[in-house]
Amino acid sequence: MTAHSRAAARSISIAVVASIVVIGACHKKPEVAPAPAPAPAAPTVDSAAIRDSIARAQAARDAALARQRAYDDSVRRANEAATAAGDQTGLRNTVTAVVHFDFDRSELRDDARATLDAKVPVLMANPDLTIRVAGHTDERGSVEYNIALGQRRAASAKRYLTERGIAATRIETVSFGEGRPVADGHDENAWAQNRRDEFEITAGGSRLNRPRT
Amino acid sequence: MRFSTFVVVFSAITLPVCVAHAQDTTRRGVTIGLTYDPTSRPGIAVLPATGAFADSIRTIIQRDLDYSDRFTLVPLESADPTTFRGTTGAGLNYPIFARLGAAAVVQLTVGDGVLHVALHDVGKAGVMNVQDFRIAGRAYTRDWRMSVHGASDEVERWITGLKGIAQTHIAFVVGHRIHLVDSDGAGDEATPVSGNAMSPSWSGVGNQLTYATFGTTSRIMVYDLRTGHSRLLHNATPSHANLTPVFSPDGSSIVYAHADDDGSDLYLVATDDGAPPRRISVGRGTDNVQPSFSPDGRRLAFTSGRVGHPEVYIMDADGTNAELLTSFDFGDKNYRSDPDWSPDGRLVAFQSQFADGRFQIMTISLRDRSTKLLTSEGSNEQPSWAPDGRHLVFASTRSGGRELWVLDTESGRLRQLSRAAGAELPAWSPRLGSSASTTAASRP
Repeated sequence: MTAHSRAAARSISIAVVASIVVIGACHKKPEVAPAPAPAPAAPTVDSAAIRDSIARAQAARDAALARQRAYDDSVRRANEAATAAGDQTGLRNTVTAVVHFDFDRSELRDDARATLDAKVPVLMANPDLTIRVAGHTDERGSVEYNIALGQRRAASAKRYLTERGIAATRIETVSFGEGRPVADGHDENAWAQNRRDEFEITAGGSRLNRPRT
Repeated sequence: MRFSTFVVVFSAITLPVCVAHAQDTTRRGVTIGLTYDPTSRPGIAVLPATGAFADSIRTIIQRDLDYSDRFTLVPLESADPTTFRGTTGAGLNYPIFARLGAAAVVQLTVGDGVLHVALHDVGKAGVMNVQDFRIAGRAYTRDWRMSVHGASDEVERWITGLKGIAQTHIAFVVGHRIHLVDSDGAGDEATPVSGNAMSPSWSGVGNQLTYATFGTTSRIMVYDLRTGHSRLLHNATPSHANLTPVFSPDGSSIVYAHADDDGSDLYLVATDDGAPPRRISVGRGTDNVQPSFSPDGRRLAFTSGRVGHPEVYIMDADGTNAELLTSFDFGDKNYRSDPDWSPDGRLVAFQSQFADGRFQIMTISLRDRSTKLLTSEGSNEQPSWAPDGRHLVFASTRSGGRELWVLDTESGRLRQLSRAAGAELPAWSPRLGSSASTTAASRP
């Protein structure tokens, strides 16, 4: 059992309450505990340390809660999408939804994270499902460096998914650099579409299970 | 500099007849009495020739001499050919050529599979060098053209002391296939290499190309130009992306980039596939690609994204002493890549992005890091040096679609090389002494 699913099992009730009360807060980024402050002068150590410790514990609880909310939210959205499009097509669309990048960057934007978040519960619910992430770039810059950049973009998505509990062995990565554009133009509109990760189902996709919270 | 001892600067225009002859101090058996000054372009004429395909051979040699950017081609079309012969023996009517501005005259005689070349020194009023060149294969085939180019390069050496670059190929990519074309743009042919091919690069003697394939079966391959077959470099082809292979100058190894989920690094692998590849760059999760050897094989230039954007670095060939080569202060975009170390070791050519988003070709000196901007029209990328260290081939959008262009870095003269929209990733071969090019020289 993964840490994630243990947490999920423990906190179903929290999740239910949370989803009722603060559904609007789902996109909120998890709060990160601040770095420990340098030790202050002796007389205030105790009270400051206690305050810090309480704050850290609170932040950790908030972060865990936010992660759980995000997960539940992505399950809900995956299921909504599945229902809207007909189960199988919808689930497949969720898995294969493209993510986009900024020029010469491989860091995931917020919209890319949201797209990847939606894939997690479907991948969780279908342990035999394997995918190939293909990194692509726009036509600008070095055609050779762009192969490496595409590889790094694919790796970014893979890392994001594996950090959320998907086995690395289920995710293959490949780069096509600028060699396989989806948009033919030579403007920012075309470039933005071409800077992307594509997700292809390589096995286990014939019958997909709906994720459950 | 080999010409510094010459005391007389030859000018075809102002000193047409009375050329004072310096002592013939050129080395390596150069016998021409012309005084060549690299900053001038002496006039040269190629006589109309007779024999099989003589017109084509003359056209190729004229073009080669023109494209060398070391001569001014003197047209003879307006002159009366009956006046060219001299009154005695093998001589020519030298005053005529002097009046036309020719310092040298090339005389071609085409025999059965042999091209006889005589070079006349107009100032000395005599034949300065002759040689028979074996012409290989059927007319217009690649071997045939290459043997004619070989004659051009020898003529250039007789006059300047430096062999030309006509007898070379440029490998490049169109639509993921590798093409070869002669240095003068003739004979563009796709090789049998297909399937997502990228980044061709020549072996030191020019009999092999190494290249990468991209996509789900990314590989490092070695293509043998004599057999027409490609082989997989087994040890260099684990999963993920393998790219930008180059031969070491001695041909014993190939350095390439391998990109996986932890960025890309440069690896060195023996060409005999004897041992697994050894990682030589320390990218720590960044991208490190596009190695280019110094001519002595002791150092490598390469592109790295280790500071957050691509810049050109140099390091020792074992991966130690890596340092930034290009600096951030020319051009305001932070993107420099595609290094190619010049054959004389003095410069690295690379591409740099400018404010308008376009790339331009630049060089940077290894000695004092001074830079030179060589292009400005269109976007210009992927420079590759000719073996003379003077000409560069690169991909340019200056004519609309992406084509290959050749730049003479000394005069700034440009010519379009390819006629294949989408041509990219050019790699200029070393000099290709064709096995059938020359027979023993005979000298007067």
